[in-house]
Amino acid sequence: MDSAATSQPATAADARDATLIYRQSRWTRLTHWLWAIALFFMLLSGLQIFNARPQLYVGKESGFAYNNTILQIGAENTDNGPRGFTEIFGHRFDTTGVLGWSGPPGQETPRAFPAWATIPSYYDLGTARVVHFFFAWVLSATLLVWLIAGLVNGHIRRDLAPRVEDLRKLPRDIVDHAKLKFHHTREYNTLQKMAYGGVLFVLLPLMIVTGLAMSPSMDSVVPWLNEILGGRQTARTIHFTVMVLLVLFFVIHMLMILAAGPINELRSIITGWYRTDPPAKHDEPAERSA
Amino acid sequence: MAKFQINRRKFLTSASLGLSGIALSGCDAFDSGLGIGGGLRSFLENANGLTWRAQRLLAGRDALAPEFTEADIRQPQRPNGVTAPDDDTYKGLLANNFADWRLEVTGLVEKPLSLTREQLQNMPSRTQITRHDCVEGWSCIAKWTGTPLSLVLDQAVVKPQARYVMFHCLDTIEQSLSGNIKYYGTIDLIDARHPQTILAYGLNGKPLPIENGAPLRVRVERQLGYKMPKYLYKIELVDSFANVGGGRGGYWEDNGYDWYGGI
Repeated sequence: MDSAATSQPATAADARDATLIYRQSRWTRLTHWLWAIALFFMLLSGLQIFNARPQLYVGKESGFAYNNTILQIGAENTDNGPRGFTEIFGHRFDTTGVLGWSGPPGQETPRAFPAWATIPSYYDLGTARVVHFFFAWVLSATLLVWLIAGLVNGHIRRDLAPRVEDLRKLPRDIVDHAKLKFHHTREYNTLQKMAYGGVLFVLLPLMIVTGLAMSPSMDSVVPWLNEILGGRQTARTIHFTVMVLLVLFFVIHMLMILAAGPINELRSIITGWYRTDPPAKHDEPAERSA
Repeated sequence: MAKFQINRRKFLTSASLGLSGIALSGCDAFDSGLGIGGGLRSFLENANGLTWRAQRLLAGRDALAPEFTEADIRQPQRPNGVTAPDDDTYKGLLANNFADWRLEVTGLVEKPLSLTREQLQNMPSRTQITRHDCVEGWSCIAKWTGTPLSLVLDQAVVKPQARYVMFHCLDTIEQSLSGNIKYYGTIDLIDARHPQTILAYGLNGKPLPIENGAPLRVRVERQLGYKMPKYLYKIELVDSFANVGGGRGGYWEDNGYDWYGGI
């Protein structure tokens, strides 16, 4: 591909330039990367924090004399030596090597999430909390900045707000995604709106709210928070579940970028400039009207 | 201009390459610099000071931790940390049912005190059903009875330069080459004077069991469990904790936990 489009005043180059648009504002790009960094550290320190108590409960407290555990990751001795297990709603799975029992061959240890998935790699709850809460401030501040910028510059209204036609486009959009057929336009497609909107308006706020609900001090400020969430231990379980959903989003996000053209997608979230499909090749010109 | 179209095989290959790259990146890369006293660690720890100030601003002095009902007490209070002190002093006091035990109140006070169990229990008491939140992540609801710490502080008359209450405990939490380390901790005067901060001698309607800190433990209901020392014998009013232990304000703090445990 020729990169010096501006040096040639040919009509082909002009047409090519017309497809290169400024898609992502500096606010979108800056906050995107701050989130990427914050969520990376929060995930890995969060898994370390979970390792201190690798069980999830439902209710106000943790059942010790009774059972309200819905998830447990642990290790147990068997005839074949120590094994790692994960138990969800009473269903037990052997997860040796990853969950419950992991480490270099011969040096395995009982730990819920493996060393490669935690910060620090060794067991250290105190340090993980320091890292987690530092980036919790970064994440929350970034979300606030994004919200204000997005409302002021119109990004939220223009690019994320769902419209009636989004619903109409949805079936077609699902089929196109399944076929790995991507349209490169100025606008987000329906599934993108749902994914980004879901993360920014549902998952991240829910993460912050359930995190605050676990704080005994915040509990004295907003006691009703734990009540509507179903108790502190339920809040902790939701916090963990949202983490799983965010990881799932991240995996799909990466796959979609690889499939839609990683260079172009990366360029747009770093420089803001995005190469859209040439109009002639586009099968749905109506979609291009901004 | 040929559009960059990717086929399924290419897609799956690059996708799995990308994911394995993520999986292979071990997180020991971040281990260095996170040790106590390290520059990066110290920088990140500033967030705890921010959390402390923000929560103080929001909660104020007297916002109460939620209190629960008798129906919420469904199990014995789960003990943690040391559950049977092996110290001779403690065992000697226990043998005599703590008749010789005293609570010393010293440091930056006008009238140092030495209180017996009876004297403490004859003071006005407070009973509260609260949720104990451990830093590890678990919670347990129980009913605590004790003397409000503020009453003890008033009796001792705290000097104006005092900033923290330091709790000294009878239990050895760690045996190290330089000697035995006994549990200790500190809270600020706002939490010390909080209406729910009590010196507890009763649990679920009975005398405080040994495993939960007999004869006396602290309850600081707006913070996590490691801020509530057990096996208490001395309360010292101080203006700084920099010269005690590791200088971070408590046994667990010296081992990396944040001084403020409200989150």
